Amino acid sequence: MSATHVPHPDLPPPSSTIGALGWLRRNLFSSPLNVALTVLAVYLLAISLPPMLRWALFDATWSGDSREACTANSGACWIFIKVHFGQFMYGFYPEAQRWRVDAVVLLLIIGAAPLFISSVSNPLKVRLGLGLLLLYPLLAFMLLHGGLFGLTPVDTRQWGGLLLTLVIAGVGMTAALPLGVLLALGRRSKMPAIQTLCVTFIEFWRGVPLITVLFMSSVMLPLFLPTGMNFDKLLRALIGVTLFQAAYMAEVVRGGLQAIPKGQVEAAAALGLGYWKTMALIVLPQALKLVIPGIVNTFIALFKDTSLVLIIGLFDLMNIVHSATTNPAWLGFSTEGYVFAAAVYWLFCFSMSHYSQSLEKRLHTGHKR
Amino acid sequence: MNRRNTLAFSLTATLLLAAGTAQAGNTLNAVKERGYVKCGVSDGLPGFSYADAKGNYSGIDADVCRAIAAAVFGDATKLKFTPLTAKERLTALQSGEIDVLSRNTTWTSSRDSAQGLNFTGVTYYDGQGFLVNKKLGVKGAKELDGATVCVQAGTTTELNLSDYFRANKMKFTPISYDKSDESAKSLEAGRCDVLTSDQSQLYAQRIKLAKPDDYVVLPEVISKEPLGPVVRHGDDEWFDIVRWTLFAMVNAEEMGITSKNVDEMKKSTNPDIKRMLGVEGDKGKDFGLANDWMAVVIKQVGNYGEVFERTVGKGSDLKIARGQNALWTQGGLQYAPPVR
Repeated sequence: MSATHVPHPDLPPPSSTIGALGWLRRNLFSSPLNVALTVLAVYLLAISLPPMLRWALFDATWSGDSREACTANSGACWIFIKVHFGQFMYGFYPEAQRWRVDAVVLLLIIGAAPLFISSVSNPLKVRLGLGLLLLYPLLAFMLLHGGLFGLTPVDTRQWGGLLLTLVIAGVGMTAALPLGVLLALGRRSKMPAIQTLCVTFIEFWRGVPLITVLFMSSVMLPLFLPTGMNFDKLLRALIGVTLFQAAYMAEVVRGGLQAIPKGQVEAAAALGLGYWKTMALIVLPQALKLVIPGIVNTFIALFKDTSLVLIIGLFDLMNIVHSATTNPAWLGFSTEGYVFAAAVYWLFCFSMSHYSQSLEKRLHTGHKR
Repeated sequence: MNRRNTLAFSLTATLLLAAGTAQAGNTLNAVKERGYVKCGVSDGLPGFSYADAKGNYSGIDADVCRAIAAAVFGDATKLKFTPLTAKERLTALQSGEIDVLSRNTTWTSSRDSAQGLNFTGVTYYDGQGFLVNKKLGVKGAKELDGATVCVQAGTTTELNLSDYFRANKMKFTPISYDKSDESAKSLEAGRCDVLTSDQSQLYAQRIKLAKPDDYVVLPEVISKEPLGPVVRHGDDEWFDIVRWTLFAMVNAEEMGITSKNVDEMKKSTNPDIKRMLGVEGDKGKDFGLANDWMAVVIKQVGNYGEVFERTVGKGSDLKIARGQNALWTQGGLQYAPPVR
């Protein structure tokens, strides 16, 4: 009679390695150095969090609509934000016309939503994307600026707040990417004239600070133009920002182009593809995918750099918050204002980086190790 | 006020010479054709030009713009404000982006000559002063020997300060700050005894303090900062209009004409008043404007005193005393030539 060997059932793992306790041990108390760092971090949180929370939440004033309502509480006065909210979002855009801004944003959301739905077919997405890229800006400009179809014209100097920040960032991003791709291709071109042109352009714009570009566009440029010929200050800033970002974008894209093995181009040539087809169908799709982090990095930097337009007197989110803090009726609430601005910037930048990560995952084709 | 930008200005001026300064041409006609005055103001200085949440400008500089629009069109709303930073303001004027600059700009010789601009008058006599805590018991700036002084970095305020203390053989310790908010906070915390800046700014900073009444602006003024509207060289007709808009407002105050009584005053028997309000003679027409344009300015915007009190004086948050900006008949410096 043979006895089958029945292994003893596995013992449960030691209680110190599972559950919350195990996690703590593994991640926070695994070595003397980690123990020290954990203790330090907990200590820092303990001394900084309660006052912060007290200021921002518990002792803060949430309701009311005058400055007086805030005097009772020692914490933040969020009424300041509430009262100025419209201004922070739309700048000096006339209140009766603000629906136009909302419509522009709504249009973008409706138009862009199908791009994020996986069941929509790809050719449709491409058509929609092109429409968004080419038609939407025109439509948005017509709605925002008015003057046509019986819409009251709203001068660009009245645009402000988050609206202006988004306009500058949006235009800068959508225009800089294609321009940057062309510049990157130009820089690697075998035609000396095009190559020199692109290298000069890129090196020039990368060599000057954005603040100088903006300053030149608003202060120096008008001096060189014939008298009486003034084009819009916002337009000047937009052109400056776009050219500046295009140079950075070009270098990011060039990094991607260089990472594509030569065999890809040769294989494309063997298939009989011309230059543009090779680039559009073989090289760029691979190269751009590789440099998504770099592109998004540039976008995020651009988004935050829009706050520099305050030196040329455009009231973007940052400048309008600053201007509200000097309102004589609401003095002394600069902290609330800047915290709000920081939160808005963070929200946008974080969403961008989050989206880029999901994009990377979706386009992942096994290159990653 | 902001005088950090000498370098930028001189650079601009040099370029201007290269680009050709001649901005000659009829500004008045251009303005009339366009239908509104393009007026450059600051990007946010309460009391002088400040846009509220709805984008409506208030302040003494903004009201000067309104007065010019009223003079040209008989309608104080026919204008567009262009907010300008300290760096851009002069170029904007030189390049024709605006017709007149009314943006707390100090009248200096170099701006009047090399920069190709003309100051038309003084809307506000400013000057550097001192803000101290009442507890210090200081009555005048001469008693500030050994004081710690908060000052904004990189402005000529610093230079004026050290000049003043040196001239009076006094010692002081300067603490520089980049932002006016910081310097006000540190005065409040007692890190410095005195805060120095242009007086108009001191009043503005005082209301930011937790207990404004504990602080006092000393009477001494240690520098001259006359602020006024500016136009381009080369158009005397426009220069006259801008200059006399302000003069009309000052004269009106002197004659006791206000926005409220201007219609009654037209019935006055005083020939000076009759001339000014366009009831008699054609002094208004000499400017190429409606004969009663001065009356319109006063009716729609007010006389100088009314505007002052409304924007920076008693009727405002700043509560600046008239001081040097009182009429010459009341011991101040505001003086306008007669209308005749």
